[in-house]
Amino acid sequence: MLISVVRFWINGWIKSLYIEPKFHFTYYGFSWIKDLGDFTYILFVICGLSSLFIALGYKYRISIIIFFLSFSYIELIDKTTYLNHYYFISCLSFLMCFLPLNSTYSLDNYLSNKSPTKVPKWTIDSIKFFVCIIYFYAGLAKINSDWLFKAMPLSIWLPSKYDLPIIGNSLMQQEWVHYLMSWGGMFYDLLIPFLLLNKKTRSYAFVLVVFFHVFTRVLFPIGMFPYIMIIISLIFFDNKTHHKILSYFKIITDYFRKVLSLPLPLNLTLKEKKLSSNNYSLFIVLLFFLFQLLLPLRSFLYPGELFWKEQGYRFSWRVMLIEKMGYTVFKIKNSVTGSYFYVDNQDFLTPFQEKQMSFQPDFILEYAHHLGSHFGKMGHQNIEVYADSHVSLNGRRSARFVNQEIDLLTQKRSLKNYSWILPFTDEINGF
Amino acid sequence: MFRKFILLLLLVFFVTCSKDSDNLVEDDLVENSLTDSSSENGNETDSSSEAGNKTNFNRESMLTFWADSLIIPSQIKFEKEMQILDESIIEFAKTTNKESLNSVRLNWLKAYKAWQHIEMFNIGKAEEIYYPFRMNIYPVNSARVENNVSKRIENIENPNDYSCQGFPALDYLLFGLNSDQEELLKKYTTVDPSNDNNNYMNYLLIVSNKMLELTNTVVIDWQTYRNTFIASTENTMTSSINKFTNDFIYYYEKGFRANKIGIPAGVFSGGVLPDRAEAYYKKNVSKELSLEALKAITNFFIGKPFGDNNSETGISFKHYIEFFETKKDGISLAELILKQFDLSKESINKLNDDFTIQLDNNKMDMLITYDIIQKAVVLMKVDMLQAININVDYQDADGD
Repeated sequence: MLISVVRFWINGWIKSLYIEPKFHFTYYGFSWIKDLGDFTYILFVICGLSSLFIALGYKYRISIIIFFLSFSYIELIDKTTYLNHYYFISCLSFLMCFLPLNSTYSLDNYLSNKSPTKVPKWTIDSIKFFVCIIYFYAGLAKINSDWLFKAMPLSIWLPSKYDLPIIGNSLMQQEWVHYLMSWGGMFYDLLIPFLLLNKKTRSYAFVLVVFFHVFTRVLFPIGMFPYIMIIISLIFFDNKTHHKILSYFKIITDYFRKVLSLPLPLNLTLKEKKLSSNNYSLFIVLLFFLFQLLLPLRSFLYPGELFWKEQGYRFSWRVMLIEKMGYTVFKIKNSVTGSYFYVDNQDFLTPFQEKQMSFQPDFILEYAHHLGSHFGKMGHQNIEVYADSHVSLNGRRSARFVNQEIDLLTQKRSLKNYSWILPFTDEINGF
Repeated sequence: MFRKFILLLLLVFFVTCSKDSDNLVEDDLVENSLTDSSSENGNETDSSSEAGNKTNFNRESMLTFWADSLIIPSQIKFEKEMQILDESIIEFAKTTNKESLNSVRLNWLKAYKAWQHIEMFNIGKAEEIYYPFRMNIYPVNSARVENNVSKRIENIENPNDYSCQGFPALDYLLFGLNSDQEELLKKYTTVDPSNDNNNYMNYLLIVSNKMLELTNTVVIDWQTYRNTFIASTENTMTSSINKFTNDFIYYYEKGFRANKIGIPAGVFSGGVLPDRAEAYYKKNVSKELSLEALKAITNFFIGKPFGDNNSETGISFKHYIEFFETKKDGISLAELILKQFDLSKESINKLNDDFTIQLDNNKMDMLITYDIIQKAVVLMKVDMLQAININVDYQDADGD
């Protein structure tokens, strides 16, 4: 299978990425991380440039590595902004570091006058496989009692879309629509990989993909993700389709070639060529997939309700599953005198961070430690930090979240089970 | 072949969905002791017509009620009180004696109480001109006031002067200059030889006049802003329904809970800060003002038309929550919030009229009051916002 497939796809994907960094600027401007300062902007420039190079196929290998590093770095600055689709892009670019995708239609080939090579089938397949994993795990995660039997959280989200034209005040308010969309979404996620893999159902599946993602884009503020997924699913089509699409581009490029009177590269004589680093890459890619397959399952290692404690929730393709809100304030107490005061979160966090912190245990603990060391530096003695935290999950009444008797400074940050989170009082069954 | 497959898929969707709504309907049927579940279609219409009522919540009429029966009338009422206060201050300047001073003091308290009903309306023009910040930032910066007085500062538009104007500044000027009335009056009668005038009177007039001017601006603007306010029913960060909900909760949390109770009680500082109490110089009205603010909050929440004790309640938060809230065991969310308002009122009532005395005697009661008030913050910020699914004022960011 020709790599042209991937070329096209990257083109579209990068196009979408151009928009994303712009979006990042705005909220990084607000970010409380100031130590990176102006360097953050440079990082975005690097990230954007490398993505441009990837799209053109110029110095592909080094570009994708830089892209992977810069993009992931940006994401790692602040987990407040964690989104599954950013993680997806990081993973994908990591995967692409090991795939020799710079062949047909790439500048690398043009400049070195090399003939375009066929890429090994496994490289394309690995990307397909990755997409399948995502969809499948996302579907699996939807098999839970809240999603299927309470239509939660869709029955909270959809009615609030009353301001949409036509469907807003009619369909979106209907209970059966919430259930239809819950079940539909679950089946879509579980089945779409197979529909895309099967040649016969592929074009229908693609229509479904477009419909599903455009629809979710209309309903929810999910940025570029739907477009990325739509374009990425093109990879399932065979190369004929891609050539067709690309021929439109070719007309344009041919025109430029004539104008600039550039010599045409050696023509498309398809030569099989063994890529030397294959075995090494293959090994890493296999490891990557093992990791991808196991990581989402880590939540089973933890006791307690996953949606409540969120242990193993991130990096697991659990998307749009929970509507969670919290309110958490911290009490700084002097263990000797017993005197205490509450912290005004606004002194330390942006509103967005405060929102994310209020219901996610790892945020709460990290912030508690931050407060502890902050007030320690300010000269407070015998500091204990307690959280007064209430969280509401999927429309349930809010309940106390953190055990208010436990000094959070005694709890170390680790991957171990959070014993200081109070148990969930209801039950959610399923994955 | 693949067509069949698609059809099959659609069929699967359909069957599962209708099965699912069956389950739902059956639950309801048990309650209604209906047994006829033979026709699937019939059941579906049942459930959709039940849910169909849900579409009928008229946000525009809620906003209209807010504007016409709550916001505008209370602002006009306040404007009137402010007018009276300003006139009495002008009178006090003409004839400076005990009687005119007492009249000013009385009108100050009346206006201050009326103010408690409108501080939460930080939207539109009020937000634009920092109205609440120019009317009621306390503690007053008394040193800066003294400086403004002695330097005969005329222009108090600088944000640094926000803590030198409004009610807290009047509090200082009318009660804080001296605890003895005779002595205080002397401050207003001593003529500054350099300008043949009284500096305190001069500043008192400036502050009062500015308050009236700002109030007029806001009231006049509502005449045109009303229609914009009412029309903005969509669910976005800037729609009036969302903004106002945020303002309301923010006021409860900050203006009421923190400023009036929490900060003086030392909730955020460890030690008590009695000088942060509202009306610190007047002393014995901090409780009265807090209760007035809570009354305003409660009335707004249940939709009690302003200044009208007889007519029925209109549509407000209570109804909005009830409309969205799916059945939960026992007491409804709106009831829970109202119950918490009641408990807060009870608890404030137990405090001393003068919060500074209360803090001297027993700060624990004030801390307990704070905790009771706090509970409604959780109910509103977490449960209520989730129930009505209104975005809080966070930065706009993608979700996934």
